Parts: sequence; structure tokens; C-alpha cells
Amino acid sequence: MQTAENTLDEILNLAAAHFQVPREKLSPDEDFFKALGIDSLQTLDLLTMLENHFHVELPDYELQGVSDFRTLAGKIQARL
Amino acid sequence: MKQFKGQALSWELKSGVIELALHRPPCNELGSLSLGEFEKFAKALDDLERDAHALIVYSELESGFCAGADLRELYQRSQAMEKSQAVQGVRDFLERIHRVLNRIDSSPLTTIAAVHGVTFGGGFELALVCDLIIADKMARFCFPELRLGLIPGFGGIPRLKRDLGNAIVRDLLLTGRSFNATKAQQIGLVSQVVSEGEALRVARATAAQMAKFDRHTAVEAKQFIKPIPHDELRREIDIFCELFARPAVEAGLKKFVESTDAQPYLP
Repeated sequence: MQTAENTLDEILNLAAAHFQVPREKLSPDEDFFKALGIDSLQTLDLLTMLENHFHVELPDYELQGVSDFRTLAGKIQARL
Repeated sequence: MKQFKGQALSWELKSGVIELALHRPPCNELGSLSLGEFEKFAKALDDLERDAHALIVYSELESGFCAGADLRELYQRSQAMEKSQAVQGVRDFLERIHRVLNRIDSSPLTTIAAVHGVTFGGGFELALVCDLIIADKMARFCFPELRLGLIPGFGGIPRLKRDLGNAIVRDLLLTGRSFNATKAQQIGLVSQVVSEGEALRVARATAAQMAKFDRHTAVEAKQFIKPIPHDELRREIDIFCELFARPAVEAGLKKFVESTDAQPYLP
């Protein structure tokens, strides 16, 4: 069974690889918009990449106001 | 004109396939410049169709297929005139873009949208006029118009209704949520989902396959199965213009244009 910690770790790894940011520079409670330096179009890329990886649907309105990796992981975990 | 290189789009006819490439940064927003060049393309189609069997529409930009209408231009233009003039301006724009999209929709060619990344609003509506949508797995679709107090204005609802069940149309329209290529394929919108960067290659292979079929038969099949919903398209323009006159739209556009948020498409 996928644990919340595993989910969080996978998100951090995926985000680091996709946006070419050193993994060690990302932390769970960090603002991912700032940490990844992403704009609105890239934010959609992040969402799509995570949906594809975890095989879930994440309505974007559910992510409104979510800006840290840990909360994001919680939203995904709730749909696994 | 067998080929054309414009500021917003280009086209070329090669081996019976017309490739229409969008390339206006940041993400092929559809404003007056794009519309003018689309009108040129629609005119050129009369000639191109004689030597072609397929049309592929794609984006050369990494950011995506098309982010939809140029809302900044729409807002700025509407600010510079009286409300009644602004509404008439919007109606004129919609009439023109509907003529272009109806022309592509009813083309005897087999038409393929090869999409990746953002395929929102008017970009989604452009893809919907095509017979097939081939999507990169990173493609994302959305009708965000309700968030601005509007409905899709480039034929989105009638064409979505033509292609999909009413329940899913209501979901996509009334929630305004975006969804990925896998979901789009599950609901019957997308014919093939392919790896990142592969949509155009697969579209070309699909177009090459179509060259093997008898043209007359392909045209008959398309006309039989793909009627243009003219009455609903006209009604859509009327509803859009009625809504555009409301203050909520101006406020929504202003908020979008002035937003520095990473998710400006969310209200």
C-alpha cells in the first residue's frame, strides 16, 4: 500500500527530475511555485505529470490555494 | 497558396497533407492577428483541398497547443470603447472565427489536431473542429469560460455535444475543471494518446494511412457522420454576446489580465 510519505517522496523526485531542480533543494513544506520556479503553464504540466504518474484525477479547483508539496501529496493520497 | 509563413501560423502542403502550424507566443492566444491569418488559411483551403487528402493542425510552441482567446486583447479593446460598441466588436469577431472554424469543420479533408500541453478554451474549440484528436500524454484540456462569466464562444458547446454525451459536457462546462489526455480518451474525445513529443509524428502516420483510401468514399463518410450544428452555433454567439454585456465579465477579465498568480485561470 502506498503510504503518504512514499507519495510525498515520489512527488519530490518527479518534480525535481521534470523541472531539473536538484532534489536536495526541495523540501516537503516548501512553496513549490517558488522552489521549482514555475509559471501558470508549467503548473499545469506538474498537475498532468502527477495525474499520469499516480493514475488519479485531480480537479484543479481542489488544488486552489495549495502551494506546498506536503499538502499536494495529501490531495493525491486521498485519491489513491 | 501552397505554403504561407505568417506571424501566428504557417501552412504547407506536402505529399497530400496540409500541415497548419501555430506559433504565436506565449501559447497561440487567438486574437485579431491570428484570426486574420486563419481567414487567409480558410480562403487558401479552396485551392489546397484539390491536392490534399488530410489536414494536420499542431503547435510549434513547447508551451502547448493553444491557450484560447487572447483575453488581454479582448479586455484592452473593450476598455477603449463604449459597452455597446464592445459587444458589437465581440460579435463581429465571433462571426468571423465561426466562419473559419465552420470551414475547417466541413472541409472534405480528413482533419487531425495533434495536441500537447495547454489546450484550453478557444484552443480546445479549435481541436474540436477536427475529425480526430491525437494527444501527447501531457496535453491538458479545459473550458474555463464560466470562470470569467462567459460560455465558450468559438463553437465549443455545440461541437462537444455533437461528439460526447450530455452528462460529460455538463461536467466539463459547469465545473470548468481541466483534465488530461487519458481522461479525454476515456470520454471519447481523443482517439490516440501518445508519448511526450510524439503527437505530430503519429498524426503524420495517421494522415499517410488515410491516403490509401478512396477520397470520394472518405468524404461521403465524413459528411454522413459529422453534421455542422449551425443553429446551436448561432445561438451560442447570441448567448455569449448577452453575457459579455454583463459587469461580471469585465470584472473577471480584469482580474485575469492583472493577475500575477501562478494559477490565473482559477477564479
